[in-house]
Amino acid sequence: MAKILVAIKRVVDYNVRIRLKPDGSGVATEGVKLSINPFDEIALEEALRMRDRGAAEEVIVASIGPAETQQQLRTALAMGADRAVLVQADAGAVVEPLTAARTLLALVEREKPQIVILGKQAIDDDNNQTGQMLAALWDRPQATFASTIELKDDKATVRREVDTGLETLEVDLPAVFTTDLRLNEPRYVKLPDIMKAKKKPLETVTFTDLGVTPKQQVEVSHYEPPPVRQKGVMVKDVAELVGALKKRGLV
Amino acid sequence: MAANKILIVAEHAGGALNPSTAKCVTCARAIEDGEITVAVFATDGSSVAAQAAALQGVTQVLQIDNAANGHPLAAVLAPQIAALADGFTHVFGPSTTFGKDLMPRVAALIDTPQLSDIMAVESAHCFRRPIYAGNAIITVKVPADLKIVATVRTASFEAVADGGAASVEKRDVQVDLPTHTRFVEISAASSDRPDLQTARTVVSGGRALGSADGFRILYSLAEKLGAAVGASRAAVDAGYVPNDMQVGQTGKIISPELYIAVGISGAIQHLTGIKDARTIVAINKDAEAPIFEVADIGLVGDLFALVPELEKQLA
Ligand SMILES: Cc1cc2nc3c(=O)[nH]c(=O)nc-3n(C[C@H](O)[C@H](O)[C@H](O)COP(=O)(O)OP(=O)(O)OC[C@H]3O[C@@H](n4cnc5c(N)ncnc54)[C@H](O)[C@@H]3O)c2cc1C
Repeated sequence: MAKILVAIKRVVDYNVRIRLKPDGSGVATEGVKLSINPFDEIALEEALRMRDRGAAEEVIVASIGPAETQQQLRTALAMGADRAVLVQADAGAVVEPLTAARTLLALVEREKPQIVILGKQAIDDDNNQTGQMLAALWDRPQATFASTIELKDDKATVRREVDTGLETLEVDLPAVFTTDLRLNEPRYVKLPDIMKAKKKPLETVTFTDLGVTPKQQVEVSHYEPPPVRQKGVMVKDVAELVGALKKRGLV
Repeated sequence: MAANKILIVAEHAGGALNPSTAKCVTCARAIEDGEITVAVFATDGSSVAAQAAALQGVTQVLQIDNAANGHPLAAVLAPQIAALADGFTHVFGPSTTFGKDLMPRVAALIDTPQLSDIMAVESAHCFRRPIYAGNAIITVKVPADLKIVATVRTASFEAVADGGAASVEKRDVQVDLPTHTRFVEISAASSDRPDLQTARTVVSGGRALGSADGFRILYSLAEKLGAAVGASRAAVDAGYVPNDMQVGQTGKIISPELYIAVGISGAIQHLTGIKDARTIVAINKDAEAPIFEVADIGLVGDLFALVPELEKQLA
């Protein structure tokens, strides 16, 4: 029976206002809350619903990251994933999307899923690449930015959020999907599920185990804050607002 | 011969070139010693190719006509672009949903990294791009021996003007195309208002509008201003407006002259979408709302009273 592979990334929680290290060498992550990337939570939720409807029998959740990523994988198991695989990277190592895609491809070859679901982008590097790259390397369909996914036999019909509206694609399975925000609302984890998740299998492998050589090809040389906007003015009523807009030649 | 040969993948629909392509050209022109080629994939790309050939700075337009190119499917276009990319040093597309879907697939086929959302050119191999919803800007460098595949952050570049006269050449790209991905339909929320991504003025509404009906006062104001209408994620999630109106990290990144945020709190994910707006006006009943930290002009009060009043006084 069919398996679903979900890829998740450990990122700085979306509620955190990030700070840059004073020397411009990176983003301060010490003591900062880290969570499952919100789009990946949506990916996992979708996979769980598919399984619970009988469209698959197993949901495998995978992540590439430092040893601490086990925390996020445990959360994913508590949400309902059946087992987890951590591809352990060195602490602080940068995993570029192409390396992530190659690593996921190795897992795909091992697990032979019918469906792979990822978040459309990680909210740290905002790359929006890994799903598409995996689909290319696997030579399978991609349906990105999905807002509904319907499965029927060996096909899926996917509605995608695009700039001009909603696009519908039909793809043959196996396929790669990436999630947009409105695909679903992820469930909250309940305490008993956290206890149960402790007994679920969580396997740790290395890049070498999977036959992948991580490559870092893009050199990041400097982190800087965005330009700050000048503090504006407050107007007391509509007449003043219209006056200010006219003065700027905007109306 | 130029040292840098840049291939730009044209975005188009209904026979019209999307302005995002002209913005990619501006970005490409910032690369020294460069020569720009635009590729048009369509069933019959003649009219789009002619529009691309008229863009200043474009040397050559390649027109790849194929029945399979009727709708821009990444799985179908990517192998053709990868085949065409031989002999080019850079392959650019816009960071619209079209380009974001397509370019990583191209990069993986070429076996080279992809740069997302480039906002400034430092040199032919060094660029700047935003991360963390635009809360940090990084400088990225790719080794000179690698082909650069990138999406161009359209809000960071003006569209290049017409006035060019590039040659148009039809090309046959011989590669196997998959049939595993099929276009079914596109439902565009039709509206005769200006396009959100190119409008000079944008009026946006948030959760506070309360309903689809509540948005009417914004449509009416927008009409008076000749403005496009946008929305926060909360307004889209609540079903007040369609998804293509969402502004922000996961919606559209826009750069209008004037942005009027009505009943929008100013979450960082929303602000990501409006960082490049020239003037931001905020109307919110909460004087402490974070939107006022970035607004150039702020007005505290009830939007249901202020918006109709504003429309009246603009008469
Ligand atoms: C991964 C991720 C991605 C996201 N991407 C986006 C994105 O692309 N775009 C986006 O917008 N959001 C995005 N969000 C959501 C974002 O965090 C906020 O939840 C959202 O922007 C809030 O929308 P809002 O300002 O309309 O609603 P609220 O935050 O609820 O604000 C409503 C505002 O209206 C004001 N108000 C209420 N009544 C009135 C009245 N009568 N008159 C005047 N003012 C009134 C209130 O004071 C308040 O400030 C994202 C979130 C996540 C986690």
